[in-house]
Amino acid sequence: MLIRLNPSSGVPIYLQIVEQIRHSIEIGALVEGDQLPAIRTLAEELVVSPNTVVKAYDDLEQEGLIRLRHGAGAYVEKGNLAKSRLRRFQEASVVVKETVRKLRSMGLSDDESRRLFEAEWIEEAAAR
Amino acid sequence: MKAVVETRDLTKRFGNNYALSGLTMTVPRGHIVGFLGRNGSGKTTTIKILLDVIRRTSGEATVLGEPTGSVAIRRRIGFLGEDKRLYSYMTVREMIAFTRPFFPTWRIETETRLLADFELPLSRKVSALSKGMRTKLGLLLNLCRHSELLILDEPSEGLDPVMAEQMLQNLVRQAADGTTIFFSSHQVAEVEQISDHIIAIEKGRVIFEGSLDHLRQRFRRVNLVFDDPPPPEAFRRDGVDRVIAQGRTISILASRNVDEIAELGPLLAAKSVDVQSVGLKELFLEKLKGDHANS
Repeated sequence: MLIRLNPSSGVPIYLQIVEQIRHSIEIGALVEGDQLPAIRTLAEELVVSPNTVVKAYDDLEQEGLIRLRHGAGAYVEKGNLAKSRLRRFQEASVVVKETVRKLRSMGLSDDESRRLFEAEWIEEAAAR
Repeated sequence: MKAVVETRDLTKRFGNNYALSGLTMTVPRGHIVGFLGRNGSGKTTTIKILLDVIRRTSGEATVLGEPTGSVAIRRRIGFLGEDKRLYSYMTVREMIAFTRPFFPTWRIETETRLLADFELPLSRKVSALSKGMRTKLGLLLNLCRHSELLILDEPSEGLDPVMAEQMLQNLVRQAADGTTIFFSSHQVAEVEQISDHIIAIEKGRVIFEGSLDHLRQRFRRVNLVFDDPPPPEAFRRDGVDRVIAQGRTISILASRNVDEIAELGPLLAAKSVDVQSVGLKELFLEKLKGDHANS
C-alpha cells in the first residue's frame, strides 16, 4: 500500500490517510481480508504521530471499510457498502474524466477548474 | 492525569525585557506536541523554566503533576537541548556506559538498534564528534531511557535532511511506545508533519494551540471577488479572524461559521466565491500579522 501525504495542504493528515486507503479499496488495490500495516509501522513509515494513524483507522472502521482486531491488526472488510460505493465510484470517475477533458479543451487550467467546482458547491449550499 | 505540562500566566523578565509575558499552555499526555515559534519568541526560555534551569518571574508551571524543580521529576523527563550535556573527554562507549546506570527504564535493545542505525563510532572521543554525531549521541542517550516525557529544544537544528528524517522517525517510534514528545521548532514543515498537537507562541504568549487536525478543519480562507467591493466592515462577524481587501478581492480568514461567511458572497453580489483550506504555515503567518496589528 502506497500512501503519499502532503502535510502542508491544509487537509488533516488523518483524512488524507482515510481517503487514500478508501481509494485503494475502491479501486481494488486492497481487497477483503488484506491486512493493513500496524499502527506503529504505518506511523513510522509516514513519519506522523501514531495518534494520527489511530484516528484514521477508527474512521475507516466506523465507515465499515476495515475491521480492527485487538492486538492482531486491521483488516479490509467485505461490506456491501464498499461494493456499492465501488460501482458508484466507477460510474462517477467516467463523468469526471470526460468533464476534465472538456474543461482542458476549453483552455482552463486545472486550478481554475477546481476553483469553479468549489464555487459551485458553495453556491449550491447557499441556495439550499 | 491528562496533562504532562501545564503553565499558567508564566512570565520571565530579563532586566527590562519580558521573554515570557503570561504564557498559559497545556501539553496533553500521549501526544507529539510541536512548540512552534520564531527565534526569540520564548521557546527556549519556557523549556528552561520547565526543566528548572532558570526561575520564573511569576505564574505557575507543573510538569508531570508536580511543581518544576522536583528532583524525582527530573529523572522522569528526557531532555535534548542545544547543549547536549556530553563529556568531551569520554568516548562514545564510555558516555553510554556512564549514563545507562542512572536510569532503571533504560532499554538495551533500543541502545543496540540506535547504535547501528546512527552509525556512531564507539571508541571516538566525544570532543572529536561532528555536530550531527553529537546530536545523534544525545538523542540516543535520551531515547534509550524511554522516559514519560521527552522535551527537545530545536532538535533538527544543524542536521542534514536525512538525519532530520531519521530523528523524526525515532520520535514517532518513541511516541508509539507511550512517551509524550514536546519539541520546539521554528520550522513549520516538520511541526506540521509529525505533531498531532500544536502550541504556537509569539512574544512570550500563546497565539494558538490545539489539535493540528482540528486547527486544519477549523480555519478556512474565503476569497470573494466583487465588481464593486463592499467595505471590509461588512464582513466583521462572528468567526472572522482577518479581512484583507485587495482591489476587487476580499480575502477572509475564518475560524468559525465558514458556511455563513461564504454565503455572504451571493448575498452581496460577489462574482465568485472560493473557499480554501489553510495550511499551518499560512495560519501561523496570519496569526503573527494579527498579533502585530493588535500590539
